[in-house]
Amino acid sequence: MSRMMIAMSGGVDSSVAALLMSEKGYQCSGATMKLYEDESSSCSINTKSCCALSDIEDARSVCATLGIDYHVFNFKDKFQEQVIERFVDSYENGLTPNPCIDCNRYLKFEHLYKKARILGFDKVVTGHYAIIEEIDGIFYLKKGIDPTKDQSYFLYDLNQEQLAHISFPLGSLNKSEVREIAEKHNFINAKKNDSQDICFVSNKKYSQFIEEYRNKMYPKGNFVDMDGNILGQHKGIINYTIGQRRGLGVSYSEPLYVHKVDAKKNEIVLCKKSELIKKEFDVKNVTYTYLETPPSEMKITVKTRYRQVEQNATLFSTSKDTVHIVLEEGQDAIAPGQAAVFYDGDIVVGGGQII
Amino acid sequence: MIYADNAATTKIDQEVLDSMLNYLKGDYGNSSSPHLFGRKAKEALLKARETIAKIINCAPNEIFFTSGGSESITQAILSAASWGENHNKKHIISSSIEHPAVLNTLLSLEENGFKIDLVKPNNRGIVDYKKIESLINNDTALVSIMYANNEIGTIQPIQEIGCICRKKGVLFHSDCVQAISHLDIDVNRDNLDMISFSAHKFHGPKGIGILYCKKTFALTPLIYGGAQERGKRGGTENIASIVAMAKALEIQSNNLIENELKIKRIRDFLENKLLTIEDSHINGDRQSRLSSIINIRFDKVEAETLLLLLDKKNIYVSTGSACSSGSIEPSHVLMNLDLSKEEANCSIRISLSKYNSDEEVATIFSEIKEIVNYIRSFN
Repeated sequence: MSRMMIAMSGGVDSSVAALLMSEKGYQCSGATMKLYEDESSSCSINTKSCCALSDIEDARSVCATLGIDYHVFNFKDKFQEQVIERFVDSYENGLTPNPCIDCNRYLKFEHLYKKARILGFDKVVTGHYAIIEEIDGIFYLKKGIDPTKDQSYFLYDLNQEQLAHISFPLGSLNKSEVREIAEKHNFINAKKNDSQDICFVSNKKYSQFIEEYRNKMYPKGNFVDMDGNILGQHKGIINYTIGQRRGLGVSYSEPLYVHKVDAKKNEIVLCKKSELIKKEFDVKNVTYTYLETPPSEMKITVKTRYRQVEQNATLFSTSKDTVHIVLEEGQDAIAPGQAAVFYDGDIVVGGGQII
Repeated sequence: MIYADNAATTKIDQEVLDSMLNYLKGDYGNSSSPHLFGRKAKEALLKARETIAKIINCAPNEIFFTSGGSESITQAILSAASWGENHNKKHIISSSIEHPAVLNTLLSLEENGFKIDLVKPNNRGIVDYKKIESLINNDTALVSIMYANNEIGTIQPIQEIGCICRKKGVLFHSDCVQAISHLDIDVNRDNLDMISFSAHKFHGPKGIGILYCKKTFALTPLIYGGAQERGKRGGTENIASIVAMAKALEIQSNNLIENELKIKRIRDFLENKLLTIEDSHINGDRQSRLSSIINIRFDKVEAETLLLLLDKKNIYVSTGSACSSGSIEPSHVLMNLDLSKEEANCSIRISLSKYNSDEEVATIFSEIKEIVNYIRSFN
């Protein structure tokens, strides 16, 4: 019988994933990764507090209900190094990070994945809304059927070896069905809200989190227009992301948007809405889910951020792991640092980081 | 199943359980009741107190029954602090490798204006008594040093520290939770003013312990309640558990040498075998150490993984210190031996008892060897 490690956050999705795998007759164990300090609970001598205790208790409760084993793994150091550091570093360099993608890549599908393999599990199971389909020995990563929940964007860099050892049981369900299942089984977290924001930032502005994390303030600097004319003063570059309109505090004849965050000059370049639009961009660190060699040219659809409808485009490989993307229609706020994910219909072809 | 986590808790002796059941099923009276049923309970309480007092060499009225080690430790420290507050002595000396029951109590006092000095041990986990001596001043109310460490088993120079404290007129408390199961503790010989321990570490039940406090010092109650325990610890006495604790300690004391020789023999056998595994190291001093504990690290082998794979083979050992979530934090004790976080995370504790056999330790060795090699094959 196959053994499944269910990565459980304490939320409703991964709990239902655990239930579905148990019902299919697999031998399941729940596992929660402890990733960061949670201010609401305290326990040890050296650290003031630890872990999102209530989430862990929820996951433990669901596992007890299902009669499956449960473990908590301490990944705090790895999370700090590979997710939080990258997040802060990106902001400091004027980029727009995506820590959820880093967490999937480095924590769930590298460290937890490796641990699961060592512990003798056949697959890692998560509550992501995405589908893995095997056709003729090739594993395809596809969009989840619920268009409002599809999370394939966050999973673009999974390779064949990983896809063969991962399962997403929720991909063919709608969120409402998942909640119904949880309620029917009286899960303690059935009515729990979905997590919305970046987990470790918790109810703070990103800029406040970064300042506290680095224990420093970021210097003020100039807002400039596309020609370099000074328009006003900004409050430190970490307060701004590409495409931002609110909270700039610059008066102008028409609404202005953040066009570029220039970390070197400590400048924020502002532009009009029309000037935000780009038709072409480059992507680095590109990986492909099922192609063995990069295509020299390929018709694709592309997402440059999570909440976005895919856009028609053509991909041109510029090296083994870089591509140039030409969009059919211009797109606004393409932010360096964010992931560009390439689709062929419902199938994720691959993706990388926007330069 | 092989249970090798006896520093966490132990299996209750059958004889102890039997003695306990009598006071749960049969003579269940309240020792405060004046009728025969109550008097029987009172008599049992008296006998238990005498038994324990004799073993640790104190007077029966110097024994206070509590719910266990953490309660005893908290009461001992807070009593000393409250005395210190009244005598303008707001300085306490302890060590950095104490149990959280001590450290967190001291932390709460620090927040209330006490000055706390935590002496760091040497890199083998032994506290230097001269360092303690040099820290004692006119403001010092209390020295609290564990008799033996719970993670690495190192035995501290208690007699020397006791002697210094007596000479300087400073109160001396010792957390004896680990030591009581393996050593002969004599509060007079060791110059101890207060000691704390719990029954479940020496094959007694959980939820019961003692605080020994010398006659000349008045404890401050944590629980007021009625007049039980001479007004120092309210609440109806847990007679069944108290009787069981006395029984367990009696058995332990009567068989101490014989059991210790056996435990040490199998521990040394296992330790020497484990050290034949490549890149393995013992944490802590190997001489001044409890006979039961091995704290060992295998380079590049995460203890968390090793523990789970042993668990799958029904072998139970321990690692680090679990926080309330159940996840493993790097041990503050090992970090205080100047081990790196990674080294601390590659360390496991095996703790044996009289119930472990030669066959069991042979199995523990062969399974660990196999699993260590297996985990390393992934590196």
